[in-house]
Amino acid sequence: MTGFFYILAAYLAGTALSRLTGGAVPGSVIGMVLLFAALSLRWVDAGKVRTPARFILGIMALFFVPVGVGLVDAYGSVEGNLMAVSVATVVSTLLVLVVVGRMQQWWDGRAGRKGGER
Amino acid sequence: MKEFISSQLFLLTFTVATYLLGVWLFRLTKLRILNPVLTSILMVVVFLKCTGVEYARYQQATALLDFMLGVSVVALGYLLYEQMEQIRGRLASILSSVVVGSVVGIVSVVLVARWLGADEAVAVSLQPKSVTAPIAIAVSEHAGGLGALTSVVVVITGILGSIVGPAVLDRTGVSDRIARGLAMGSAAHAIGTARAIELGAVEGAVSGLAIGLMGLITTLMVPLLRAVLF
Repeated sequence: MTGFFYILAAYLAGTALSRLTGGAVPGSVIGMVLLFAALSLRWVDAGKVRTPARFILGIMALFFVPVGVGLVDAYGSVEGNLMAVSVATVVSTLLVLVVVGRMQQWWDGRAGRKGGER
Repeated sequence: MKEFISSQLFLLTFTVATYLLGVWLFRLTKLRILNPVLTSILMVVVFLKCTGVEYARYQQATALLDFMLGVSVVALGYLLYEQMEQIRGRLASILSSVVVGSVVGIVSVVLVARWLGADEAVAVSLQPKSVTAPIAIAVSEHAGGLGALTSVVVVITGILGSIVGPAVLDRTGVSDRIARGLAMGSAAHAIGTARAIELGAVEGAVSGLAIGLMGLITTLMVPLLRAVLF
């Protein structure tokens, strides 16, 4: 329960900071950074946060269902753009996958070789 | 009856049930297209259509799940912390890969959408498509996009990435486990991470890290690219 409180408190502080800074960065993102900082600085006990964090992250995909069901409502705004939206989404998603994958592999390969030389 | 099936308790229970059914169906058939999130969404949509329960009511009843989506983003901070040891030596490379991925994602989706004649507001809504929903919606609305459209595209992107991601990475020769996890999380956020976890512990952890980094970096990149490029 204490761990869940820490997560909520980080969310709350992040949301407050987000409001103060005009909302450009969502409260949840600032909360994520704050939780990370608090754990790294040992302000909060990582052992207490582990169980609730793991539980929440384990079922994160479920939280997308209501958002996806919004399709029935958003359909109107896509109608005339259906083709453009679908093609752009597919092309761009594949590009991100391949670019990030290849680039990170290239970096790791380089680091591996360097490590081997030493 | 209608009152019962449009109650918060019923709609929440029904949603979790369809999700579990989706997980079960996938395990049974091993068909990638039967993604649990996709199955659950389709079943809920059909249910709403058949019973006449309005989407606005459904959204209201499942506000708890929406709220938890925000909480789960915060919980990613724990994952970042837990994986720090593993990542420390690679921090620069991981950051640069995600920055490049974020820019490629934003620029490509806008250019292709414009080229195919999409309205400007629609093109703007697509920019954060690879970012987890609560962040993507905030980024989109801040840039003048349509939050509802963004959220749907985000879910579709996640499902697409989780279905085809590992096969695409195989075909393009990405075999390094950290690279695979990073690509899954960067392209397909939490839904892609659910798939990355199946690939292995390293892939899952790095993918989770990528959700956070991609969200953070895209939040900064969308306004930046708007000022420089578009």
